Amino acid sequence: MSALLEITNVTKTFPGVVANESISVSVSAGEIVALLGENGAGKSTLVKSVFGMVRPDSGEIRIKGELIAPGDTGGAIARGVGMVHQHFQLVPVMTVTENIILGDEPKRGIFINIKAARAEVIALSEKYGLEVDPDALVEDLPVGTQQRIEILKALRKDVDLLILDEPTAVLTPQETDELLQVMKNLAASGVGVLFITHKLREVMAVADRVVVLRNGRVAGSTSPKETDEEGLAQLMVGRNVVLQVEKGEAKPAAPTLEIKALSVNDDRKHLAVDALDLEVRAGEIVGVAGVEGNGQRELVEAICGMRPRLSGEVLVAGAPTPDMHPHGVHAMGVSHIPEDREKHGLVSSYSIEDNLVLNQFDRAPFAQGWIRNVATLEENATRLVEEFDIRTPSIKTTAGALSGGNKQKVVVARELSQDTRVVVAAQPTRGVDVGSIEFIHNQLIAARDGGAAVLLVSAELDEILSLADRVAVMFGGKIVSILDAKEAERGLVGRLMAGLSA
Amino acid sequence: MAGKKFSRTWLTPVVAVLVAFAIGALLIYIQGADPLKAYQSLFSHAFGSWSGIAKTLGKATPLVLSGLAVTIGLRAGLFNIGVQGQLVTGAFAAAWAGYFIHGLPIYIHLPLALIFGITFGAGVGLIAGALKAYRGIHEVITTIMLNSIILALVDYLAGHVFQEPGQILARTPHILPSATIPKIFSLPSGFFFAILLAYGVWWVFQRTTSGFRLETVGRNKSAAWYAGISVKRAVLIAMAVGGGIAGLGGGIESLGVIGRFEPTFNTGLGFDGITIALLGRANPLGVIPGAILIGGMRGAAASMQFDAGVAPEIVDLILALVLFCVTAPFLAKWLKSTEVGAKITSGWGN
Ligand SMILES: Nc1ncnc2c1ncn2[C@@H]1O[C@H](COP(=O)(O)OP(=O)(O)OP(=O)(O)O)[C@@H](O)[C@H]1O
Ligand SMILES: [Mg+2]
Repeated sequence: MSALLEITNVTKTFPGVVANESISVSVSAGEIVALLGENGAGKSTLVKSVFGMVRPDSGEIRIKGELIAPGDTGGAIARGVGMVHQHFQLVPVMTVTENIILGDEPKRGIFINIKAARAEVIALSEKYGLEVDPDALVEDLPVGTQQRIEILKALRKDVDLLILDEPTAVLTPQETDELLQVMKNLAASGVGVLFITHKLREVMAVADRVVVLRNGRVAGSTSPKETDEEGLAQLMVGRNVVLQVEKGEAKPAAPTLEIKALSVNDDRKHLAVDALDLEVRAGEIVGVAGVEGNGQRELVEAICGMRPRLSGEVLVAGAPTPDMHPHGVHAMGVSHIPEDREKHGLVSSYSIEDNLVLNQFDRAPFAQGWIRNVATLEENATRLVEEFDIRTPSIKTTAGALSGGNKQKVVVARELSQDTRVVVAAQPTRGVDVGSIEFIHNQLIAARDGGAAVLLVSAELDEILSLADRVAVMFGGKIVSILDAKEAERGLVGRLMAGLSA
Repeated sequence: MAGKKFSRTWLTPVVAVLVAFAIGALLIYIQGADPLKAYQSLFSHAFGSWSGIAKTLGKATPLVLSGLAVTIGLRAGLFNIGVQGQLVTGAFAAAWAGYFIHGLPIYIHLPLALIFGITFGAGVGLIAGALKAYRGIHEVITTIMLNSIILALVDYLAGHVFQEPGQILARTPHILPSATIPKIFSLPSGFFFAILLAYGVWWVFQRTTSGFRLETVGRNKSAAWYAGISVKRAVLIAMAVGGGIAGLGGGIESLGVIGRFEPTFNTGLGFDGITIALLGRANPLGVIPGAILIGGMRGAAASMQFDAGVAPEIVDLILALVLFCVTAPFLAKWLKSTEVGAKITSGWGN
């Protein structure tokens, strides 16, 4: 079998980092190759080189034997390569349909045949089981939906080689399963797939071959037949990783976060959270489990003052929190790891240092009155970069230049380093490598043991089951059941999430 | 800022200026004149003598301020095209206060007249700011419209209501000595003040929470809101402060250079401010070299015509080319500095 994609000795340096050092990877027709590696290992950089979005310093890239010139953004597309980017390449002000057809629009004369395009999008979405609203504006959509659009866009054209950069990070488990099936089907029909993920389960399920990068170099390659999840993790991180969370008994005290009869609309003005009641006590982690779209996102945003509350209230230590005032809520001791880090969590053109104080820049010790305190800013950044293992050449590096998982670590570091009474963590380990997941989980447990009330919302049921002291199952905008960790058995929670009674 | 980053940042403006001058030379040559001689005359008049430098710095003074006004907007994600209107309003208000109010000593009268300029300039900026903050109307549209309104209005006021008695020209009476900005070494002292102000604005963005607020809004409105920064307030502040600084620039012109308000003066100062701000890469200190360069060219254009027989409009042309080059994405891309593109276009986005 000849290789569809041959990457040979590719090297790429950015100021202060060698992102890729003489990397060679190949993908043959009908083969699924998983590219694994820690945050910042250089995975995205490598696949971006194939697409001309990054210009390698040296090395060569061949597709179907033909050399692709460095920085040639059209070459790969013209040779039948489709790519799903980690950071979406969508036009926010355009509709879903327009985004999917962009670049290859069905035409009637010189005009775009939008009717045909719309029908095509609907058919596409049904075919692959990825639900999208063809007429919605992309800027209004949550990241999960944006990811689906990206994938549909790549699948629309008949490609010979598909490159997927963390396509499953923001998908629901069901969607992930469907996508994995789609990948298998494509491979069976002769398409080569290069697949980046941090979820070892997915690698074990679909990959024919696994290439592991570490610090910009190929650390080794293996296959699911030869190893297991622990083995993969070890190869990635270079040490033993504890995939199981270890935590002590929770010692809950008085309720710190109280949600009373809270009702909230979603973007389309439909009731998403329906007179919901929930209590999180100091010193416990309550995990909200639910199928995406059952109001979890709206619940989190309403708690944090980012979405108008229709009725009901949210109390922190007995005091009502303000509506539609994120900073006011934050000032009452509520940390929030937002779901959409690019939109809310970070200013990409700011340095890491500034991003680490984004919501406390005007408070002591980071400011004295009107003046920002440069020394403490630097001290804070240096400490957090170290503590949270943020892989960056310097604290002055802009957040936009970080790898996806390291951006997430910046947000997590900022929110968990503050002295807070409540932590609202929405998808806290999204896009983060196994080693760092372990770390973030330990930090959440440390926050709990330090007396904070932790509300965890995650699309990863495993994450909830392993971290939560109590599991609140959300369905149709209500908490349908609250289980103690001991009773929260996977099958039972799954049934409750689907709206069935226990 | 490290040395490497410095050269990267300033490569685009330097190349833009060089390219503009090269194209300008070609055009002068086509006209049948000697480009070398023309440029030599231009630069020796602008920078070659003490009196030339004094004139250049005088011309540069309002340009530093109008460049700052545009810069503050850009930092907060706003494209303030209305600096011309804000500046003219300030020029008029300061001149009015300078001739109408009698019997004050200079140390009260002069600052008071300048405060008039600042306040009225800020007021005009605030109109556009409020329309943006509360009505969502794009500042490019409102500021262009305000420019037209103001130019017509001051023309009328200076030509009728506040016209110098017995004049046929549209102009106000001369300001009183107690409102005249004194000169230091034949330099209008306004220049030193403008430099100080540029440094002050730079410092505000560098070191204060207010600067951080404006800048965060300029870069990511959603994140700003999440971080507790009021986007509305930032828009109002950026437009008012920008307008105030532009108004001060107009005031300094009236009280230090022209001695009255006359609508035919002050033209183009606000628009040059846009070029200067972009040349300065939205850095408050970056406006200083741009303002001096453009001030020098403006001041020496007439002498160049005399020496080399080149129409002074060639200076307008070169400045237009500078603006074009500094904003042209292809140039930015060619120099691989994506930063400037991002900074400028953010002014147009939502
Ligand atoms: N545009 C850029 N400018 C400077 N440095 C960059 C840039 N893009 C990537 N880097 C650096 O290159 C390294 C590799 O980044 P890359 O995005 O390829 O990592 P990754 O393996 O995809 O990580 P993740 O799993 O977190 O997505 C990182 O250290 C990152 O900071
Ligand atoms: Mg990546």
